[in-house]
Amino acid sequence: MTLIDIVGPVMVGPSSSHTAGAVRIGLISRRLLGEPVAEAVIYMHGSFAATGKGHGTDRALVAGLLGMKVDDERIPYSFKYAADRGMAFSFHTIELVDAHPNSVKLRLTGVTGKQLEIVAASVGGGQIQICEIDGLTANFAGDYPTLVVHNQDRPGHVMSVTTLLAHRSINIATMQLFRDARGGYAVMVVECDQEIPQEAIDWLRRQEGIIKVTYLSKIGMEDCDV
Amino acid sequence: MYKSLAEIVEAEKMSGKSFWQVVLEDDIKEQGITFDEGFAQMKGMYLAMKHADEVYDGELRSASGMVGTDGGRLERARKSGTSICGGFIMKVLEKAVKMGESNACMKRIVAAPTAGSCGVIPAVLISMEEEFGYSEDDITKGLIAAAGIGGVIAQRAFLAGAAGGCQAEIGSASAMAAGAAACLRGADGQQIIQAAAIALKNLLGLACDPVGGLVEVPCVKRNTIGAVGALTAADMALAGVYSRIVPDEVIDAMRSIGIAMPACIKETGSGGLAVTPCARSMMQELEKKKPDTENC
Repeated sequence: MTLIDIVGPVMVGPSSSHTAGAVRIGLISRRLLGEPVAEAVIYMHGSFAATGKGHGTDRALVAGLLGMKVDDERIPYSFKYAADRGMAFSFHTIELVDAHPNSVKLRLTGVTGKQLEIVAASVGGGQIQICEIDGLTANFAGDYPTLVVHNQDRPGHVMSVTTLLAHRSINIATMQLFRDARGGYAVMVVECDQEIPQEAIDWLRRQEGIIKVTYLSKIGMEDCDV
Repeated sequence: MYKSLAEIVEAEKMSGKSFWQVVLEDDIKEQGITFDEGFAQMKGMYLAMKHADEVYDGELRSASGMVGTDGGRLERARKSGTSICGGFIMKVLEKAVKMGESNACMKRIVAAPTAGSCGVIPAVLISMEEEFGYSEDDITKGLIAAAGIGGVIAQRAFLAGAAGGCQAEIGSASAMAAGAAACLRGADGQQIIQAAAIALKNLLGLACDPVGGLVEVPCVKRNTIGAVGALTAADMALAGVYSRIVPDEVIDAMRSIGIAMPACIKETGSGGLAVTPCARSMMQELEKKKPDTENC
């Protein structure tokens, strides 16, 4: 925690959790998709569903999906910007099991057809948590360059990822492993201190047993569709 | 980040530096940046507060329609010169309400420490700059002192209404603003933390009971009591009036009260003002309104 976490951030109101946090969820989800969003199906849970409209949570999520940051004064008008940009979106309510009260599920389709399903929570003070990616548990805040690898649960995948990173002098900050069943579908979430080069991610995608690689880069966070 | 106010005062005494310098030096180590960069970060926050104050739009109302336009009323009353409190306090009230309304209307503000309490610190600091002619750099020093106090509160207790009630938001903001005001007046560390303790003590137990769960009623007006309470607390500390309970223990008391508070008065919109007949009827009216997607 630093002084600008206490006095700050500069943000569009009215709520750090229901507005600023929602913008960040949209923004990080868009970065994880890796391309502009063509369609977003948004399911609001708990307090997001109950008081989201009054807090502008709906407009904040759409703003983030368009690439706006928490202090963008266009956030209240994001629906109009989405319409101009041709980004389709719809809102629904959902009861997620064991989820934080400020949670949302996003089903995203990118402009080239890439798909991503995310469950994320706004945990207070504008901080967020990505809780699920494509139906599997994940657990990261989006503060670091983050590699998410979906693979078949077989020996050697963790080593190939850590070796790949070691060869490029990339330090691992945190690492988590999840799977749905023994020998089934597994996910690895690796938060790094340095950015991972594109060629390394492309190499990983070609490896046998790797189903999907998603990468959250901290470079180009200022990209915005509108 | 310091875990107690006593430690900051101790470091101040040992180093012979000012309270704000001790706070900033600790922070830049954590962030890995230079002193000047750290100072510039915080000055940027103050400039953002000033900008938000300048661009207040007295025509706006929140999406629910419950708040907006009161900033203009207070400005007219101040300018009429007939107020009970006098020009300076009227200015503080006006700025606190304006910032709270801007937040409710989805304008750009600085969370300090939260969005709901964003009017307290700017109301005190911008008014002091205008009234007493402090430079922006002087004010930045006060803001750093405020952030140091807020950092201790964040670690010993909480800054979110959902965690500890409104005392954690407006109470903390008031404590931070009191420390900043005392700092601007040249107070030493002990007086700064006494000002913070007195301000926080005066708001202990404050419930977070917003109508409809929205950051509007009573949040906007509560910013005024946080700001005025900060000024009175700072004047008390500067006069040599001390809190009988040491400042860190006041923060600990805020934590224990927050934990003991029932959930219905911790930002759930299910207790206190939020469940009055008046609030219920306003919410029923709001349900009937068509979704407003175009404007604030």
